[in-house]
Amino acid sequence: MSFHPEMDYAPARFHRSERKLAEAGEAFAYTAENQAKFDGIVTRYPADQRKSAILYALYLVQQQQGYITGASMRFVAGQIGCTAAEVEDVVSYYTMFYTKPVGKYVLNVCRTLSCALLGAERVTEELCGKLGIHPGQTTPDGEFTVIEVECLGACDRAPVVMVNDDWHERLAPEKAAAFVDDIKERGRAAFTGCHLHVEKK
Amino acid sequence: MAFEPVLTNHVREPNSFTLDFYLRNARGYEGLRKALTLKPGDIIDQVKASGLRGRGGAGFPTGLKWQFVLKDTPKPKYIACNADESEPGTFKDHVLMERNPHLLIEGCAIGCYAIGAKIAYIYIRGEFYHVQETLERAIEEAYRAGFLGKNILGSGFDCDVYVHRGAGAYEAGEETALIESLEGKRAQPRIKPPFPAVAGLYQCPTAVNNVETLCNVPLIVLNGPEWFAGLGPEKNGGPKLYCISGHVKRPGVYEASMHTTLRELIYGDQYAQGMLDGKKFKAIIPGGSSVPILLDKDLDTPASFDHIQKAGSLLGSAGLIVMDDSVCMVWLAMNLLHFYRHESCGKCTPCREGGDWLYKLLQRVENGEGRAKDIDLLFGVASNIVGKTLCAFGDAAATPVLTTLNLFRHEFEAHVKEGRCTLPAPWRAKQPVMAH
Ligand SMILES: Cc1cc2nc3c(=O)[nH]c(=O)nc-3n(C[C@H](O)[C@H](O)[C@H](O)COP(=O)(O)O)c2cc1C
Ligand code: FES
Repeated sequence: MSFHPEMDYAPARFHRSERKLAEAGEAFAYTAENQAKFDGIVTRYPADQRKSAILYALYLVQQQQGYITGASMRFVAGQIGCTAAEVEDVVSYYTMFYTKPVGKYVLNVCRTLSCALLGAERVTEELCGKLGIHPGQTTPDGEFTVIEVECLGACDRAPVVMVNDDWHERLAPEKAAAFVDDIKERGRAAFTGCHLHVEKK
Repeated sequence: MAFEPVLTNHVREPNSFTLDFYLRNARGYEGLRKALTLKPGDIIDQVKASGLRGRGGAGFPTGLKWQFVLKDTPKPKYIACNADESEPGTFKDHVLMERNPHLLIEGCAIGCYAIGAKIAYIYIRGEFYHVQETLERAIEEAYRAGFLGKNILGSGFDCDVYVHRGAGAYEAGEETALIESLEGKRAQPRIKPPFPAVAGLYQCPTAVNNVETLCNVPLIVLNGPEWFAGLGPEKNGGPKLYCISGHVKRPGVYEASMHTTLRELIYGDQYAQGMLDGKKFKAIIPGGSSVPILLDKDLDTPASFDHIQKAGSLLGSAGLIVMDDSVCMVWLAMNLLHFYRHESCGKCTPCREGGDWLYKLLQRVENGEGRAKDIDLLFGVASNIVGKTLCAFGDAAATPVLTTLNLFRHEFEAHVKEGRCTLPAPWRAKQPVMAH
């Protein structure tokens, strides 16, 4: 169905929120260490505003088990003192939360204008070609996921790739395939890091 | 008189982010020390007199914003520092927080003192994890040295600064959406009024200030409002950070006065040093992806809020995206609409549905399947988003379409007529990007 005679767009309508429910997964609880971290962070907010710590709580889940399941959302709801639906509302909105397993290395390739002007579209093509996957997919061995993301705030270092929480700058398309090999060989040492960290150079 | 950088003068030096360096080389925390001897109202007056305008995008006078923060209320007040930095083409707060974090912390503390707040939350985008680590280390140092915490410098003033990590949402940079996100909800804007100054974080009076804005505050307190105002054109005082990216030889963050013209910023030796590979200049987006395009004829405009506005665009976040003549303007609009449809928070129908629709139309035209009436349809859909949304996102999303149609309509027509992209470039994808 369309709202407008000029455009039949309804069937493939897009929105950033994932509309599928996350799988329930196994029972979840924080490790003692993560529980202590959460209990510490929560004190930064007024006592009746525990919900402010929800993003932090979800990052902890993701660090602990790699992605966010229904069970872990219920756990977070318990920690915060809100409903599981409220947690799911948040999880489904923010792009840095995963509700499915991702690779050991998540290659977040910036695709927005400044990076695209210097070849980011080609970088994605080269990375995907090398790994035999499409953007959004993970290699069968669980090593790599490629995701196209929007401007990472380092456009002077285009094209930029964020790998998990690490930074890799100026990845020319011609170097993309070798970059994958380099990660396989050297792990995090393959990343350039942020050019502003002049001390590490 | 030549302009001397004051925000970024030390950023290339090793360990510039440490407290020790800051105290030794940058008169660190002297602004705070001085501020604590003044009355809060006097600080607001100084910031007003300096003419400091918000560096986050809207250019609203910071002194006024602080003055509007409700005074007679039993509720706590807050500063929410906007470190979401997600406007495409913008990467200045990144440098400030990474290399000069104590300046921001000092600005937060003075801001809190001025408006009567005890807590500042720095809302940093989730992707800046490496920046956050630097910032948190700096905050720890400041606590240990007694510049934050209880009874700062024996003045009786208490102030806490906390970093709050976002999780991937451009809209979280909009001030009311930022507050929603800080409260642990989806980053979606609120209906205004009430403005955050009256009912912001937890419904308490809140000042939302950009990182660069707050970094200017210690300098104003130390050097005086006249010094600050004198650095730039009337009503456009102070130092300004320009982020230059795209097809230039030396992209980066450059600090200059707002007398500096766009042409100097692109071609100047101390700035971006001209077009990459000597190619021909085609267009510039002067204020982050949300503002109208300017052309070669506009380049002698000083890059100030008011001058750029007079030239028909906006200084916005001062993200200058420079493009050479290999850039297809239909592709450009498509690239940016991919961004906007993805980042639309979904609250207002015109933006949520319109953004998706525009993207699909642009893709059709770019891939050579466009019909002549699609061009008018693009104009119609974009015009119908403008002014019909709760926040400025809707206008921002329509802008790339309206500005390219306005200046480069012939390129759209050529695409439709020839049934293909008339300006393919080697740096673009080999396979056409399909709608998904
Ligand atoms: C869609 C949208 C995104 C925004 N993103 C940012 C941002 O990333 N950083 C920022 O400082 N301001 C951003 N702003 C502007 C803020 O709403 C707000 O005006 C600003 O933080 C106020 O601070 P200032 O007065 O110091 O500029 C954005 C506005 C809109 C409408
Ligand atoms: S466009 Fe890629 S980091 Fe900004």
